[in-house]
Amino acid sequence: MALKHKPLTFKLAVTALAMFGFGFALVPLYDVFCDLTGLNGKTAVTAASADAALIDTSREVVIEFIARPNKEMPWVFKPEVRRMTVHPGEIHIMNYLAENPTGRMIVGQAVPSVSPGQAALYFHKIECFCFTQQQLAGGKNMLMPLQFYVDPALPSQFSTITLSYTLYDVTSAWAGDTAASSQLGE
Amino acid sequence: MSAVVTDHEHEHHDHKPAGIKRWLYTTNHKDIGTMYLVFALIMFFIGGAMAMVIRAELFQPGMQFVEPNFFNQMTTVHGLIMVFGAVMPAFTGLANWMIPMMIGAPDMALPRMNNWSFWILPFAFLILLMSLFMPGGGPSFGWTFYAPLSTTYSGDSTALFVFSVHIMGISSIMGAINVIVTIFNLRAPGMTWMKMPLFVWTWLITAFLLIMVMPVLAGVVTMVLTDKYFGTSFFDAAGGGDPVLFQHIFWFFGHPEVYIMILPAFGIVSSIVPTFARKPLFGYASMVYATSSIALLSFLVWAHHMFTTGMPVAGALFFMYCTMLIAVPTGVKVFNWVATMWRGAMTFEVPMMFALAFIVLFTIGGFSGLMLAITPADFQYHDTYFVVAHFHYVLVTGAVFSIIAAAYYWLPKWTGHMYDEKLGQWHFWCSLISVNMLFFPMHFVGLAGMPRRIPDYALQFADFNAFISIGGFLFGASQLIFVWVLVKCARGGEKATAQVWEGAEGLEWEVPSPAPYHTFETPPVIK
Repeated sequence: MALKHKPLTFKLAVTALAMFGFGFALVPLYDVFCDLTGLNGKTAVTAASADAALIDTSREVVIEFIARPNKEMPWVFKPEVRRMTVHPGEIHIMNYLAENPTGRMIVGQAVPSVSPGQAALYFHKIECFCFTQQQLAGGKNMLMPLQFYVDPALPSQFSTITLSYTLYDVTSAWAGDTAASSQLGE
Repeated sequence: MSAVVTDHEHEHHDHKPAGIKRWLYTTNHKDIGTMYLVFALIMFFIGGAMAMVIRAELFQPGMQFVEPNFFNQMTTVHGLIMVFGAVMPAFTGLANWMIPMMIGAPDMALPRMNNWSFWILPFAFLILLMSLFMPGGGPSFGWTFYAPLSTTYSGDSTALFVFSVHIMGISSIMGAINVIVTIFNLRAPGMTWMKMPLFVWTWLITAFLLIMVMPVLAGVVTMVLTDKYFGTSFFDAAGGGDPVLFQHIFWFFGHPEVYIMILPAFGIVSSIVPTFARKPLFGYASMVYATSSIALLSFLVWAHHMFTTGMPVAGALFFMYCTMLIAVPTGVKVFNWVATMWRGAMTFEVPMMFALAFIVLFTIGGFSGLMLAITPADFQYHDTYFVVAHFHYVLVTGAVFSIIAAAYYWLPKWTGHMYDEKLGQWHFWCSLISVNMLFFPMHFVGLAGMPRRIPDYALQFADFNAFISIGGFLFGASQLIFVWVLVKCARGGEKATAQVWEGAEGLEWEVPSPAPYHTFETPPVIK
């Protein structure tokens, strides 16, 4: 009797194991899906090429900058200006001010999010402090640059793009040089 | 129920150890079914006691009896226990008892695994319940354990929560494998696919859903575990993860899970309605196809739980339309049940009453589900008591009512005695009135903006909440009548015939009542 049931039982058990794997496969699949579609406001984690397309002077797009440190991050973190009007294709530099008011060295990692999410694909960063982890000694401050342009192919329904950065304290992960940095691919 | 099986076991000359060893070592599908059902009943009362704490706290605005942290533990553990400890084991118990008898099989296909899948379950819930007594208390992040609530902000009991969910998942998967292998390999000759009773069909589809999604749940709790304790960043934005990803993975499990808790109920109602209408089920084949399409669609609708996370219009529309599409096969089912009763010679014994209440009240829950599926409207309803009303209509007056109906329907077959019809009617009417006092006003306070999972509320909701709490206490007390009926029926009563109900058809009604310890050792002849 047991012999008769073995093949089917085995197949079902393998299916269950495969679905356990599928749960984990959803993690990279989700990232790939978000990269391809730009859903969820995720921007590229690597630099875009600097040879931008033609500048479309007939059109203006407002870029709003939001920056906030995470609850557990003691740095002061803010953009130099709150908003900026740009032409699609124009390359701009925007500085963020970071200040470490504590007495110890802290490593920060900024995570960007673009809203509306569909515009994320059209917001290109040539250089960004968010590509790498930033160290700042206690009591020091620094300017962190972001070089970007808006793709002229940006669909016409978008007239405002909001770029939000959340800054996290990753000192403990940096000290051990573990998961966090390798996951970001930097 | 357990007492009964012990009572009549003396009539048979089957070799089995006496006392506790019989229950520990048993591989008999009827013993295991009984244990699952008794376990589910105990869990129903433990989870119910937690609901009573919640309703006592919400009886008046302001803080009355418990700390907010304890209140959160009550909502969390109430949900976990009712889903994984009461409803799912009760259905598995019914499957164990009834599926072999319905398809003419001598037992489940994998009896030793069956023993295991039951006996690991009490330990899972022991671990979960013990965590409530830890310093800092048990899990308090809601049964949906959204990250970062369950990772960054959770207490030390999270590890126990994760392990208990792992064990529950393993138990469910083993139970599901057993059901599928039994149905595939042990049908009596002549029991073709389209002759199988609908309870067997719905359970077969449920078992496939379980195998597909319980491992995903195991995966997501494992990610929560490693995020919290081992420095991974699946759901932590600082390390490149994304908390919204948690919701996607969780609801990829979570939505099929709600059908896991309702498809067997459809099977039960499809068994009971024809019996008491004394007519064959209307549209048998369409019932099978409707169940299958609900199961397939359940994989395409998960993000309707997450409209407010921000989603492009195309995505929102896709999930909205897919969700609404599920109303079509569900409507087919409701139509078929009503058509079965049309011009039937109906009588209204307790199982039929619960089945009728199921059809009406589950449909109300289905309609509020359609309201929630409308993306722009969902922004108002999300995380309010409207959602609480919706899922309690489909789970309490849906799943739980169907389980109670099944218990009344098959109790004479299990115990050999008729239950007390008068007490049963009391149980039904008390439950029906109180459950609507309990859950119907929640629609209104929800639409008016009362958020769920909060121990306090704005003053304008005070009268409604007092009324809801009274309904809750009455509903809890009504279930004591059920226990009374069960104990009374287990101990004795009018002798049941083999067929029990005049209109009952199917193999389970051809064996004597109570069903002998071993049935269909030689396969029956299927007409």
